[in-house]
Amino acid sequence: MGEFLQVTSQLLEGFSTSVMLFILTLIIALPLGLIISFCTISKFAPLRIFFKVIVWILRGTPLMLQIFVIFYLPGLLNLFVWPTMDTGWAWFDRTITTRFIAALVAFSINYAAYFSEIYRGGIESISKGQFEAGQVLGMTKTQIFFKVVLLQVIKRIIPPMSNEIITLIKDTALANFISVLDILYWAKDFMLDGLIWPLFYAGAFYLVFVGLLTIIFNRVEKKLSYFRV
Amino acid sequence: MAYLEIKDFYKSFGEVEVLKGINLDIKKGEVVTIIGSSGSGKTTLLRCINFLETPDVGEMILDGENLFSSSADKKDGEKELRDKRLNFGLVFQSFNLFPQYNVLDNITLAPTLLIKEQAETYKKELKEKVELNRAEIKKAVAEFIQNKKEEIAKAGKELLEMVDLVEKEKAYPCELSGGQSQRVAIARALALKPKILCFDEPTSALDPELTGEVLKVIKSLKKKDRTMIIVTHEMGFAKNVSDKVVFMADGVVEEMGKPKEIFENPQSEKLKVFLSSITNKDGE
Repeated sequence: MGEFLQVTSQLLEGFSTSVMLFILTLIIALPLGLIISFCTISKFAPLRIFFKVIVWILRGTPLMLQIFVIFYLPGLLNLFVWPTMDTGWAWFDRTITTRFIAALVAFSINYAAYFSEIYRGGIESISKGQFEAGQVLGMTKTQIFFKVVLLQVIKRIIPPMSNEIITLIKDTALANFISVLDILYWAKDFMLDGLIWPLFYAGAFYLVFVGLLTIIFNRVEKKLSYFRV
Repeated sequence: MAYLEIKDFYKSFGEVEVLKGINLDIKKGEVVTIIGSSGSGKTTLLRCINFLETPDVGEMILDGENLFSSSADKKDGEKELRDKRLNFGLVFQSFNLFPQYNVLDNITLAPTLLIKEQAETYKKELKEKVELNRAEIKKAVAEFIQNKKEEIAKAGKELLEMVDLVEKEKAYPCELSGGQSQRVAIARALALKPKILCFDEPTSALDPELTGEVLKVIKSLKKKDRTMIIVTHEMGFAKNVSDKVVFMADGVVEEMGKPKEIFENPQSEKLKVFLSSITNKDGE
């Protein structure tokens, strides 16, 4: 029983790091992806092409490679060192390490690239008539986007978005390749001590979390079912 | 005197020349219908009038004010374009209601969004005209906004009454029939009090039994002396409601006149062919 509690508390601590990485990545990548999507549908060709190439690179190379490059390259080139946090809040300082920040940057830009394509698909799927109706009613471009188009886009992109977001929580495990102490890091640690079951136990953490996400997405979908696009 | 003057509109999309010199005068309170086979440029003309397309060449004057001139030195900014658009209302073939808003909100959304700008102007006026301290100005502006909002809600309900959809006030567009949707779209366009209301084939996307209710609303607008431009395929309706019928073919105004002249005594060969093709279709 003592062993079970010890494993549980260690895995919980690891999972809090995973979830932290997950939440912060979403907070950064969701708006960043929207900005990138605006750039990739911009009428200004240099901007559009530049960001299309960026998206191509981010989607076209392994995320793990990107994590390595972002963590090691600045130091190797003597550019800068990822900062450490020193807030004095023990849990926070233990979680948000230089390694964590490097992983967060890698996840954020990688996922922003994927999100941007989902947004782009969503925006382009809205009929031209919606934009034109807004125009002839004297709305500004910003008003048309935020008051007319955005909610329709959100409704459209919930299924692909939920897919991506579910993938993200599992992808956070990649961060332990630069020794971010996430849940799988600890499960592996126990395995090396000869305990196999914590691996499955760690799997259960992910399963429950994804189950919760699924329920949330279903709720949102239901909430938006009062209109059709 | 002409209320709206369209002079020499030319418009090409790539290699395709869609408008080849359109001239059109419309008097105040006049109902003008534009007929012609598809591809003749009717819809493009309407879109140019509503500033959804920019003519390559041409000039447009409304009530003595030059709204558009291709020879102008600088292009209109977004703000100017929006102000100019507000002179016109446009009802689309495919309604284009905003699906996430209920019927009343569809009608009041655009006027409500305009309040902010109006309040800014009002605030400036207040500051210039009268000696008021900050708090008083703030209070006056808040009152102004409140009054506007009430006005808009009241006007919205009146419009719903006019198109006979009071009981659908809280319904969402997906719960409406095509005819009801188009009536909401008409009310929405009217909410901004346009000087000229344009219709782009307002009944083409409707089941035949639903066209009547929409045409009835348009007729009731004619009684109120609204200036309207209607692109339509409903010849019976065009004959009935128009003060002037414009027949377009291959990007030019081929023939123009009173409905009686156009339908009963067509002059040009193209119009004769067009009319006979339509009567043939009806006969089938």
